[in-house]
Amino acid sequence: MEKKEKILELLQKNARLTTSELSERLNIDIEEIESIIKRCETENIIRGYYTLINEDNYHIKKVRALIEVSIRPERDGGFDRTARNIGKFPEVTDVMLISGNCDLQLIVVGENLNDVANFVAQKLAPLDGVLSTRTHFILKKYKEAGFQFENDEDYERLKITP
Amino acid sequence: MMKTMNDSKLPPSRVAKHIDALPNSGIRDFFELVMTMDDVISLGVGEPDFVTPWGIREATIYSLEKGHTSYTSNLGLLSLRQAVCRYVKENYSVSYDPVQECIITVGVSEALDLILRALLEPGDEVVYHEPCYVSYPACIQMAQAIPVPVTTKQENNFSLVADELRQKVTPKTKVVLLNFPNNPTGAVLTCDQKSEIAKIAVDNDLIVITDEIYSELTYEDQCKSIAAFPGMKNRTVFLHGFSKAYAMTGYRIGYACGPKDLIDAMMKIHQYSMLCASIMGQEAALEALQHGKNDRELMKSEYLMRRNLIVKRFNSLNLTCVNPQGAFYVYPNISSTGLDSDFFAKSLLQEKNVAVVPGTAFGNHGKNYIRCSYAVSIDDIELAMTRISEFISEV
Ligand SMILES: Cc1ncc(COP(=O)(O)O)c(C=O)c1O
Repeated sequence: MEKKEKILELLQKNARLTTSELSERLNIDIEEIESIIKRCETENIIRGYYTLINEDNYHIKKVRALIEVSIRPERDGGFDRTARNIGKFPEVTDVMLISGNCDLQLIVVGENLNDVANFVAQKLAPLDGVLSTRTHFILKKYKEAGFQFENDEDYERLKITP
Repeated sequence: MMKTMNDSKLPPSRVAKHIDALPNSGIRDFFELVMTMDDVISLGVGEPDFVTPWGIREATIYSLEKGHTSYTSNLGLLSLRQAVCRYVKENYSVSYDPVQECIITVGVSEALDLILRALLEPGDEVVYHEPCYVSYPACIQMAQAIPVPVTTKQENNFSLVADELRQKVTPKTKVVLLNFPNNPTGAVLTCDQKSEIAKIAVDNDLIVITDEIYSELTYEDQCKSIAAFPGMKNRTVFLHGFSKAYAMTGYRIGYACGPKDLIDAMMKIHQYSMLCASIMGQEAALEALQHGKNDRELMKSEYLMRRNLIVKRFNSLNLTCVNPQGAFYVYPNISSTGLDSDFFAKSLLQEKNVAVVPGTAFGNHGKNYIRCSYAVSIDDIELAMTRISEFISEV
């Protein structure tokens, strides 16, 4: 595997790894790691770093909905312009073009149910190009971005084995 | 020390002499000590820290769900033997007939015991290398034969030097027992080394038992099995299993591939003493061969990162450590501390709650070495190394 791929693979699992930690694990000089990361950032390969929060264990719980949207494709640009415009709302955390019964799938976040419902009724549905929406409220998350929210019970191996 | 009168009055042992003569495993003693302590960070483990990949566990559950809870053929499920032989051919460049040249066993442990018992008679000599897996000399002795160790050395990256092996061969030598990648050193054999050892075996009409249980965990280029060298297939017994590569130690599934007469002989013992390996284990092993490659590679890349980290840390503490090319152990030299390995391991455990295994557990020349496993999370490795560094600065 290329150095870049190895670095990205690790950062994707743990964005907090320091360059010296990456260096020790991958046997690549720190300077080289720094320059590869820098390059990935300027080339927009690394788009950002964020923290995955398990809201079930946190007193601030937001309401999230998965929304399927059908839109009218445009002669130049297909779905892109509408998709990008939808993404400009801060309430929308994810926008994906998908195959199947609808065109876009969004995740929308709000303080409560009403927030999300209002957003759909007042902002999303009236938007030029949006034909229909189907809103599914998310009840519980079990896994996100590769992280399981609940671990299996700890199980201890023997401390010394041949 | 002089024998007292009391000693000579002890009743004679009822245990067979060749069993009485077996040493207690050095690891066992150490284990008892560790068990008395809390909050130990252990680099003393000889098994993966990963849970068996879910796909394999799920296949085990499915096997039970279908009610597959019976004996299997003594040799093991034919479907598994077929998959094993295909896998061995693809990865080790030697082809075996699943019907006549392959047997599924209860781990490599059983396979090793079977082949040694099948081959050896009192007085036969088995040449093997030390440091080695703790069971080797004992299993040779249980088969009533004589263990003849060749010491592998740090200056040779703990690889087996053919000339040193040749010097140990006598007219009584019947078997050469190899384990590369090696527990406890992580050493591997190059193609040239395998070729030279093969030549010794052919010239002296020896049988080679090759324990390749760590072979998937080879971090640089891997050479084909010694069984695939000219003249070797008919004199090699290839031992392998699922414990390490697929993190399936608890399943207890291994196998042997070899010439028909030797597999037949192993089968004779196995059918009377073991009957067969557990069917759930065998079905899980089949799943591992069919769909386990991705999980296997993921674990391997994780081990590789840990290796890079731990080797660097040991060397920076002046506990020199060859960069092991396989398995999940490092075998640093602790002579710069002035301590012997038993004392080092005991003091480190008592003072810093870190467990490592003294090199003496793996043979006579281990007093300057400790075995540290990196089948341990990165966080634990970091913590253990910090404590080892403190320990060293205090001696
Ligand atoms: C070199 C070697 N051979 C064999 C074994 C035993 O393996 P299994 O679990 O297949 O019996 C081990 C386990 O630690 C080992 O290190």
